[in-house]
Amino acid sequence: MSARRMLGLVLVLVAATPAAAAAPTAVLLRNGVIHTEAAHGTVAGGSVLIVDGRVTAVGRDLVAPPGAEVIDLKGRPVTPALFGGIGQAGVAEIELEATTRDGTLKLGQMRPEFDPSLAFNPDSVAVAVARVEGIGFALLAPGAEPGSKGAPGSSVIAGLASIVRFDGRRPRPPVALEVLVGEEGGALAGESRAAAYMLLAQALEEARSPAPPGPAEQRLLTPAGRRALKALAAEQRPVLFRADRAADIRTAVEFAAREKLAAVIAGGAEAWRVAPLLARAQVPVVIDPLDDLPTGFDQVGATLENAARLDAAGVAVAFSLRGGAPHEMRKLRQAAGNAVAHGMAPAAALAALTRVPARIFRAAGEFGSIEPGRAANLVVWSGDPLEVTSLVDAEWLDGQRQSLRTRQTELRDRYLERIRAGTAR
Amino acid sequence: MRPCHPRAVARLAVLAAAAGLAAAALAATPDPYPSTYAPAAAPPVLIRGATVLTGTGARYDDADVVIADGRITAVGAHLEAPAGARVVEAHGRWVTPGLIDVHSHIGVYPVPEVSGNSDGNEATAPVTANVWAEHSVWPVDPAFDTALAGGITTLEILPGSANLIGGRSVVLKNVPAVTYQAMKFPGAPQGLKMACGENPKRVYGAGRNVAPSTRMGNVAGYRAQWIEAQEYLRDLAAYEAKVKAGGKAAEEAKPPKRDLRLETLAAVLRGEIPVQMHCYRADEMAIMLDMSREFGFRIAAFHHAVEAYKIANLLAERGVCAAMWADWWGFKMEANDGIQENIAFVDAVPNGCAIVHSDSDEGIQRLNQEAGKAIARGRAVGLAIPPERAIEWLTRNPARALGIDARTGTLEPGKMGDVVVWNHDPFSVYALADEVYIDGVLQYDRVHPRGKPRSDFMLGQPAAAGAAP
Repeated sequence: MSARRMLGLVLVLVAATPAAAAAPTAVLLRNGVIHTEAAHGTVAGGSVLIVDGRVTAVGRDLVAPPGAEVIDLKGRPVTPALFGGIGQAGVAEIELEATTRDGTLKLGQMRPEFDPSLAFNPDSVAVAVARVEGIGFALLAPGAEPGSKGAPGSSVIAGLASIVRFDGRRPRPPVALEVLVGEEGGALAGESRAAAYMLLAQALEEARSPAPPGPAEQRLLTPAGRRALKALAAEQRPVLFRADRAADIRTAVEFAAREKLAAVIAGGAEAWRVAPLLARAQVPVVIDPLDDLPTGFDQVGATLENAARLDAAGVAVAFSLRGGAPHEMRKLRQAAGNAVAHGMAPAAALAALTRVPARIFRAAGEFGSIEPGRAANLVVWSGDPLEVTSLVDAEWLDGQRQSLRTRQTELRDRYLERIRAGTAR
Repeated sequence: MRPCHPRAVARLAVLAAAAGLAAAALAATPDPYPSTYAPAAAPPVLIRGATVLTGTGARYDDADVVIADGRITAVGAHLEAPAGARVVEAHGRWVTPGLIDVHSHIGVYPVPEVSGNSDGNEATAPVTANVWAEHSVWPVDPAFDTALAGGITTLEILPGSANLIGGRSVVLKNVPAVTYQAMKFPGAPQGLKMACGENPKRVYGAGRNVAPSTRMGNVAGYRAQWIEAQEYLRDLAAYEAKVKAGGKAAEEAKPPKRDLRLETLAAVLRGEIPVQMHCYRADEMAIMLDMSREFGFRIAAFHHAVEAYKIANLLAERGVCAAMWADWWGFKMEANDGIQENIAFVDAVPNGCAIVHSDSDEGIQRLNQEAGKAIARGRAVGLAIPPERAIEWLTRNPARALGIDARTGTLEPGKMGDVVVWNHDPFSVYALADEVYIDGVLQYDRVHPRGKPRSDFMLGQPAAAGAAP
């Protein structure tokens, strides 16, 4: 896009905005490497123009509108705000403190209508700590736990998953369903992973039947659960199958095809072993690139080359840390760097943190790319965004420049004074 | 020299023994589970033209390292290759001492994580000073091998943190073996694992109606043990005195009944076993420092010291190291004040002893990256941390905390040939260990991998072999 055309667009946008009575605030980020994750690709020596919080142009040789703040990136990279993975930031302030946790339903009942995003707390310190590391969005999915000591656990259908936004806004409406197969599913299905499919099939049948079959006391779902599941299946919204073993992934993909569900594999430690099947069936995977140990008998084939091999086979790959710890999302960028160290193309690894998860979880209109017309959700890095020694230099979410201060930087600054004074005792 | 240096303490112990202290009798007991580790014969090695971080604070560019007879023999420019040497052209690559993790549960909480192999916490009583972690180690654990690929040459295996006093740790060389004795670092002292804070009171307490249920209960629990150990030492000294006096008294003298728990605690009070203390909060670490003075024992390091930055000067003044993560925080209340500058702050004070540790079979594979994160955070607030300094967090400082710094942890002539050749600056996310030497033996070669996995468990596993049919 030429500078003149871009300026024209700016003027049109300004004119079309009712709030245009106030002067537009414009920021030009210039002379950087812009990873747009969109049609522009990666623009070296590139610029991004943000007007009133909206990206209005991306390209070379953009001209700052009068009064614009101009930031010289000096060659630093800019990426879309990152995906934090599938995790529980915002619904678990302190994981070991049950009173602070809201992400796992342990009624011992199958409740596909369970929506943990209603508990999302945008003021959680864990959300702020992730945000200042360049993370703009994540998938909040229910946790899963087997019952213990007579207390009920969760269910083979864990509940609804939503895109949560780390900019203070409410979560987006639930987008996906999470189901558990493999070892976790077996623990919740009468100690057999085979029975997880039996229960899922029964639940789907109940949801799809105008009059659910069988006596009420044998039904798995509440009326609300039937409605939620029916809508998800009918709208082809993603169904996250948590599975690691190659055979379980295969079974899940076949089950989803039979039931006409839009499967996504989460976990996927052995997904590389069934990569052609996943590519053919166009089933995306959300993997932890650091998985390389047989943590259980479901992960015997785990390897650091999983990401590279899946990508080479044409499978859509997104990243998430295993376990979804609410405080560890910032480590996902490092995990992506490790995928590159083990053979994945850097561009594919960055896509697995941006464009790909945004597309899988139907949030591509908002996240995962830098494109004219979109609210600015982007990050300026001090260096290679996948490098552990790189830091966030500046960040915009939903068009707003973000503060990079958190409770942790407050602690840092308080004690840095004492370190300097030699009084930390 | 830093205060309370372990070598200084060891010398004191020797002096005490020489002075004829009766209590030394038991200390002289040879290890009933002795190391059988003997490095294989290996040709000398000349690593040529690398960027060398020695672990002593020095950096040499375009330098050579020679290993012969299992030892570092020279570091410098234009060194001669010994006869028959393996020559490694390392221009553009980096060389560091082998990495040392002071906090691992590999082998005692092995993978696969199944109940049959869950041997890390003897969580049946809050004090189990009688148990030795080495008796739980499963040498087959595949996590030893992935740690090796991350440059780990030495690691301390600890009992878990369920108990106030969890038992004795063991220091292992990361070599393939059928028995743990064949991994045991010859002559390395054992440690005593103790735990502060939330874990003991959560595992015991109200749920089991067993003390402790509070932090004050924790401290009362430790103190009661030290009082018993002091009494045991007195009984032992009285017995030795009678024996020494000779005559009838000597004939009638009866030694105190042998007690594995008290043997361990007495060895700590005698300075033979340092304490490795799981402790998150600054205030609790300060309590433990007072307790160590009350009873006269040495804490080598606080592990998981999430709040070490709040008392960095105090720790340095008392000669205690802090073993830390780069960025773990918040998973429990006592980890709520974790900051990413912790390691850099502990390192920044005079005589600070910062250690990067893992407590994780994932983290141990990339301690170098953890250090990289800490470097970046330190630099961002104006602390100068060159690579030659940061490498000490992974080599010399952990060796010091384990009492093995006279033998490994730096690239100095005479030290063990524990060496890593990295393909990049080791503090990069893209850095991979190309070669790992332990006592001069090439144990890991990334470019020329073994055809078969090293762990028996991984042998013949179809899932690891290739694509599914």
